[in-house]
Amino acid sequence: MIVDPSLLRTVLVTDCGSTTTKALLFEKKEDRWHQTFRGEAPTTVEAPVADVTVGARNAFIEVQELSGREILTSSEGQNSPFIVTAEDSSKGIDLYLSTSSAGGGLQMLVAGVVDSITTESAQRAALGAGAIVMEAISADDTREDHERIERIRHLKPDIVLITGGIDGGSVQHVVELAEILVAAAPRPRFGDTLRLPVIYAGNANAAKQVKEILEKIAQVVVVDNVRPTLEEENLGPSREAIHEFFLSHVMSHSPGYSTLLSWSPKPVMATPAAVGDIVSEYAHRSKQNVLCADIGGATTDVFSVFLNTEGTERVFNRTVSANLGMSYSIANVLLEAGVDAIRRWLPFDIESSDLKDRLRNKMIRPTSIPQTIDDLWIEQAVCREALRLSLAHHRSLAVGIQKASKDKGIADVFRQRSDRYELVNLMHLDVVIGSGGVLSHAPHRMQSALMMIDGFQLEGITQLAVDSIFMMPHLGVLASVHPEAAKEIFEGDCLVHLGVAIAPVYSPSVKTLELARVCVDGVMRGVVKRNEVALLSIEEGVRRVKVEPLDKSVDVGAGKGESLEREVVVGECGIILDGRNRPIIVSSNSVEEQNRIYTALGLIK
Amino acid sequence: MAGSFAPGLTALDGTSVVKVRELPIKGEIVCQVGDHVTADQVVARAEMQGEMRIVRVAEELGIAPNNLSGVLKVKEGDVVEVNSIIAEISGLWGLFRQFVVTPLAGVVEFISEGTGHVGIRAPSRTLELTAYISGKVVDIASGRSVTIVTKGAFVQGIFGVGGERLGKLCVLPVQPNEILDIKHIPADAAGQILVGGCKVTLAAIRAAVKAHAVGIVTSSVDDVTLREYVGFDIGVAITGDEDLPLTLIITEGFGGMSLSDRVLTILKKYDGKVCSINGATQVRAGAIRPEVIISTGLSPEEGNIVSSAANQENGALATGGRIRCIRIPYFGEVGTILELPSNPEKIETGAVTRVLKARLDSGLEVTVPRANVERI
Repeated sequence: MIVDPSLLRTVLVTDCGSTTTKALLFEKKEDRWHQTFRGEAPTTVEAPVADVTVGARNAFIEVQELSGREILTSSEGQNSPFIVTAEDSSKGIDLYLSTSSAGGGLQMLVAGVVDSITTESAQRAALGAGAIVMEAISADDTREDHERIERIRHLKPDIVLITGGIDGGSVQHVVELAEILVAAAPRPRFGDTLRLPVIYAGNANAAKQVKEILEKIAQVVVVDNVRPTLEEENLGPSREAIHEFFLSHVMSHSPGYSTLLSWSPKPVMATPAAVGDIVSEYAHRSKQNVLCADIGGATTDVFSVFLNTEGTERVFNRTVSANLGMSYSIANVLLEAGVDAIRRWLPFDIESSDLKDRLRNKMIRPTSIPQTIDDLWIEQAVCREALRLSLAHHRSLAVGIQKASKDKGIADVFRQRSDRYELVNLMHLDVVIGSGGVLSHAPHRMQSALMMIDGFQLEGITQLAVDSIFMMPHLGVLASVHPEAAKEIFEGDCLVHLGVAIAPVYSPSVKTLELARVCVDGVMRGVVKRNEVALLSIEEGVRRVKVEPLDKSVDVGAGKGESLEREVVVGECGIILDGRNRPIIVSSNSVEEQNRIYTALGLIK
Repeated sequence: MAGSFAPGLTALDGTSVVKVRELPIKGEIVCQVGDHVTADQVVARAEMQGEMRIVRVAEELGIAPNNLSGVLKVKEGDVVEVNSIIAEISGLWGLFRQFVVTPLAGVVEFISEGTGHVGIRAPSRTLELTAYISGKVVDIASGRSVTIVTKGAFVQGIFGVGGERLGKLCVLPVQPNEILDIKHIPADAAGQILVGGCKVTLAAIRAAVKAHAVGIVTSSVDDVTLREYVGFDIGVAITGDEDLPLTLIITEGFGGMSLSDRVLTILKKYDGKVCSINGATQVRAGAIRPEVIISTGLSPEEGNIVSSAANQENGALATGGRIRCIRIPYFGEVGTILELPSNPEKIETGAVTRVLKARLDSGLEVTVPRANVERI
């Protein structure tokens, strides 16, 4: 197969998800790259098939049938199922790539000494590498040793990451963590004879001791400390080690993956890692702060890239809220948010018991879809709450560390939290991208826009977009070979610009009804009014928007009373003027209020 | 294009049911291929490693970790009893003693001069795995699993709580669309699995527990009743490990749907027979649904084999086929497929999706998304 970007013209990429394997065909036509065909089939990594390649082949067949392009070889017994494009450019492919989250994705246990320092860094390292953190153990959490051991005994992690201590600091606590892991002796998820993969990324002075203790039960790799000093975070070496173990231990022991790996000259990427790469690449290239949420059936992944306070670096973060989703985990959103929080977004009355039973029925029949408008509103209300909860989780982990604080002693460790700051500042957010069925495939784009405005409670001026058919994982892995092609497809076929939200934040005591004036390309087009939501129908395209506060307490993103002017991409939803203050407080008469908003945005005729 | 598939739960009689009994860790298989086993017979066992306690000896005695060896009374590999002294220091010619005792009986697994800790591992315990269904052993994976086949009936539920249980089926005198309430529960239901009705009440469940029933199979339950019975809200549909006095299996869903004819017909046929049930549910890839298995004692036959471990939810839709709606506005209604349009159509929500046209048994002709029906 070809890996030289200059020679590539046809690339087939799969994302082997927990339930569905999605195959996308990318082709270069008239010097531009496009996503051309899509096929999908149930993933077959679980029993009774227990071979991921069966589902992948089914997805290839669908691409072949839809495209009419012969891409699969008919001869049996060949290692690769593909026809590799040679002289005849009308058939075959040049390259096959894949991502995977099948079998529940990469599952990790992380441990650190201080919850708000090393354990948190360990979580960021694992999440950034595309893992789900099953458990985070801290030497300073409130549990007794035997409680930690008991908890770990019941887990079957793919990989363990142990961190703790700054280089040159005390070794005792991190050595204790190693003892706890040995005492619990968790077994890896895959491979009966496999030794548990453990990455040590803590105090360098403790590495030898920790390795000696852990080697009784595990295969240990030592990498550079995630926190060499209190004010430095070094996640790269841990993420690379996670990626290595993912390939050598997790992927190669998952059913059928050794064959799948042999079909491609490039390694399989963890799906969230691939999405993270493409989001990060887009944010850095466009010099924008970006927030992306992928809301699936079981989990919600949130990715963010925000400029740090020094303005020196855009920092990438990813979190996964493991039990916030739209089907398998929908009842958990109900539990975490509460029935009233979901009901406040509905434009009609419904009994609590009816609402709960409907959501539980969705949980047990996850592939069913809303047929009535009311059922659709309910799922979209749940989506708002899942977004709200997962963003709160993301904000708690996506933190920066003040570089200014130097010369810390041990006492400073205990007030470390005061030196952390939230990276995600919605006032400074430029673009929000929604992904996952409920956002990408909402019957009306305006519904997707409003779900993101309400769920994230966007502030200031924010561009809204969705991933057209969830192709970000595919583009993430394509970018590892051909960044330019990935960029062209991301901007041309993947990203659907919906519109722009303008949401001033103001003092609750503000008297004026009119909060801000909105000019588009130099022409005054509308006014944001207190507690009202309105729509400005603006022709699609790149526009220059200027928002001028009409009260000194109103902030539109440039500070109280200050005007803000930006270039934005307006899509089919136009510009949404949101005069509800933050946090959005829905009145006791929420049905009437939501009816008014939905009507104003054309969602209820 | 991919075919038209619709989820549907299995309800089969006179079929061969395969059950793979798998140890969580490698162990010993105590039966042989060809053996006929009973449901309560042990077919495999494994030694489960005991828990470990870490004793912070240096910390408790107030000494430096590297002085540990001078105060220890044990060495690695020693067997210790609960409350036995493992380290001791004394001062002032023995007038003041300080000692550390073990919190559990076991073996000293490690002594760390680095941390001053001693790790003591409790003895292992034996896990015994029963056959769960009566049948014939047809395959053994050495030290790992036993495959048992039986002939009988196999019914899947949609959701359940509580684990494996054996009991006698008892079909209650209640209509399929009648709420299963306390009045329907017999005073003595020891060892029985009660079947029938819909929207079981909490009072009925509690009465069944009091009457020593081991299971209830009904069509539906509501959210509040489930919460009250389990003791907590279930957020993610992964169940089976709850510590409950009886296993509850629902066959249709949440709310008030009636028990389906096909399920009731099978279960009525085996009224009074011993059966195996399991409420374990996992609604994800490789889905696990709750199950009722009735072994007839007849020899298993080849063909028509249902693996209870496998997801049995695939089946093609065809004109004239019977379906049940699994979503509002026709939830629970049964009908016959009239037409399967090949092109996606716009539905009430505005979504464009593949649909089917069906005549419901009520006489109403409807168009529903294919995703919202299951084959029956």
